Amino acid sequence: MENNAFYVALSLLLNLDASLFQIVALSLQISLLAVLIAAVLGFPLGAAVAIWRFPGRGGMIVALNALMGLPPVVAGLMVYLLLSRAGPLGEWGLLFTPGAMIFAQVVLVLPILAALSRQKVEELLGEYREQFVSLGMSHSRMMPTLLWDARFALLTVLLAGFGRASAEVGAVMMVGGNIDGVTRVMTTSIVLETGKGNLPLALGLGIVLLTLVMLINAGAYLVGELTRRRVG
Amino acid sequence: MTAFQVPRLASSILSPSPELCFKDVSFSHEDKVLLGPCSFTLKGAGPTLVMGPNGAGKSLLLRLSHGLLLPTQGQITWSGEIRPRQAMVFQQPVLLRRSAVANLIHALAVNNVPRRERVKLAHDALERFGLTACCNTPARVLSGGEQQRLTLARAWVLSPQVLFLDEPTSALDPAAIKAVEAAVHEFHQRGTRIVMTTHDLHQAKRLAGDILFLSGGKVREHSPAEAFFEKPVSREAQAYMAGELVE
Amino acid sequence: MKKTLNLLLAGVASMGLAFAACAEDYITLASTTSTENSGLFASILPKFEDTTGIQVRVVAVGTGQAFEIARRGDADSLLVHDTAGEKRFVENGFATERADVMYNDFVLIGPANDPANIRQAQSAEEAFAAIAKAEAPFASRGDDSGTNRAELRHWKNAGVDPDGDWYRELGSGMGPTLNTAAAMDAYVMSDRATWVAFGNRQNLTLLFEGDKVLFNQYGSLLMSEEKHPHLKHDLAQQWHNWLISEDGQQAIADFKVDGQQLFFPNAK
Repeated sequence: MENNAFYVALSLLLNLDASLFQIVALSLQISLLAVLIAAVLGFPLGAAVAIWRFPGRGGMIVALNALMGLPPVVAGLMVYLLLSRAGPLGEWGLLFTPGAMIFAQVVLVLPILAALSRQKVEELLGEYREQFVSLGMSHSRMMPTLLWDARFALLTVLLAGFGRASAEVGAVMMVGGNIDGVTRVMTTSIVLETGKGNLPLALGLGIVLLTLVMLINAGAYLVGELTRRRVG
Repeated sequence: MTAFQVPRLASSILSPSPELCFKDVSFSHEDKVLLGPCSFTLKGAGPTLVMGPNGAGKSLLLRLSHGLLLPTQGQITWSGEIRPRQAMVFQQPVLLRRSAVANLIHALAVNNVPRRERVKLAHDALERFGLTACCNTPARVLSGGEQQRLTLARAWVLSPQVLFLDEPTSALDPAAIKAVEAAVHEFHQRGTRIVMTTHDLHQAKRLAGDILFLSGGKVREHSPAEAFFEKPVSREAQAYMAGELVE
Repeated sequence: MKKTLNLLLAGVASMGLAFAACAEDYITLASTTSTENSGLFASILPKFEDTTGIQVRVVAVGTGQAFEIARRGDADSLLVHDTAGEKRFVENGFATERADVMYNDFVLIGPANDPANIRQAQSAEEAFAAIAKAEAPFASRGDDSGTNRAELRHWKNAGVDPDGDWYRELGSGMGPTLNTAAAMDAYVMSDRATWVAFGNRQNLTLLFEGDKVLFNQYGSLLMSEEKHPHLKHDLAQQWHNWLISEDGQQAIADFKVDGQQLFFPNAK
């Protein structure tokens, strides 16, 4: 019975284990904050690429799309070298702190949010363009209108970003260091427990993580669907 | 007309109608001439009804006039020193994914109407077009007729000196058509210069001050409405009228 | 819309505070997975923290990566097991002082049916040679960790150049290497601590132990103030001193898994 991952997951959840709670809370904080920061930067960037025509725009779109597949360890290594004392941002003293993990996840999630929002906004702009020009709107004035009107599509984009952030382990392991009680999150715990050969516990943690991500997705989906149905 | 407060924007509406002048204008796409070359001047009070068979270039002419497209050759100019305020109502209403009133408030906001005036202007316009009950309804779940009335209300709050309408009633039922025509009439009464395309002869008869007749991308005739309907001068218009009547 | 925004901002602010709250007195210690995974740190760190109020944040990686982290100035202190490498680190001026802290030992693990018959070996040298002769699958860390470096030394002593299908370099930590070895019934060299705490043994069992050359010495290093003035040298010095003090040594001796002592203090 104790070797069954579902049993382990259930008892982890039911016992409200304090260290598990801390790990879950940290995971959520880091990933949500990273997605939030990436959205604040990525959505306007995506919308700008959708709206403006400039030299190198095609290359930029290709780059953003390609960066969606950036391997987490590569992002982790880049951020590690940036934040290391010997690196250009070493002064910040962020390495092996939650801040570094947020930094790395922003790097991973930003291209996803920018590339997908560019696509969604461009679709919407196709529909709205004549009306916008008729209303005499400048390009920069179009941006907030488009971002707001694409809000349901962007919610899905946000979820895609959150999925990537909460699921990755390579980057947060490298820049966070998996320090017990400080930078240990769900995914790094799973790696650690796998390393110790505690496979049921590792899988149990995996089930907890999956359940959480599913709950968040379901919640967002429900909110999105309800409002979408209202707004049409 | 009830006691309607002419918004600040509309103060100059009663000045003489702006005149639109096409000079040797043509529009091509991929080496194919779709419109022109054509030259004409829209004078007088209108409304001008642009008529002609499908593919004659009516929508193109409207988009060029409104500035949504740039002519390949020739010049389009307005009388007066500044470009007149204008709005356009499309065949398919383009509405934002927000409530009816929010659509109007957005249009006012992008035209720099002070924040405190927006809500009142929006509600007045909704009332004028019989949309008060739908004020908070998402614009895109309104019926086709309501949506078109909402785009007219949006044009209304902007107090345009010129209003372009591109087949605004082609997808509507008779009751909704009547409401749109009443709205067009109200714009005209307020002094807005109307330029509208239609393929409905009866609608043209009900609304037109003058007729601009197009076929094959060329302007074939530009006459006062009465004269046009009594006896069109151009061979193309004669054929068109005959074809319509035969049906 | 404004309400949502305010709520979001409040959330962000509170998260920021939560992170800031962790910023008490602490040092970052780069160390090895064997010490972390066995539970040694979980046992001794609270004792150190109680005495000094200093939190020790352990980044557990392979010895090679631990050296790299320290070389770049990203760790205040270093506790690893590669005596030769540690001495070079001091010679190169990255560390000012090195001290023996404790040792554990390496053990040879393999499938219970022992195809290379290393149970009968009289020495580590013999055991390694037997595995190579039988060409029995051997899982190597292959990650330039302390364990990996030690393993390569043993092959050399046995006069074997490990090469061929049977020798599998995994490039993983100790735990994942044990997992893989269990899955392919391979021989593997592990530190005793990780082995004792390891939960997924399947058909693997301990086959050879006890040769003195398998002893695995851990050393603590003090970083150079000259190379990295920004590090918390005072706090790191306290940690270093505590490890080799009577209290620290006792704490290490007191750590047991299933009644078995895994690390043996031997500070001079």
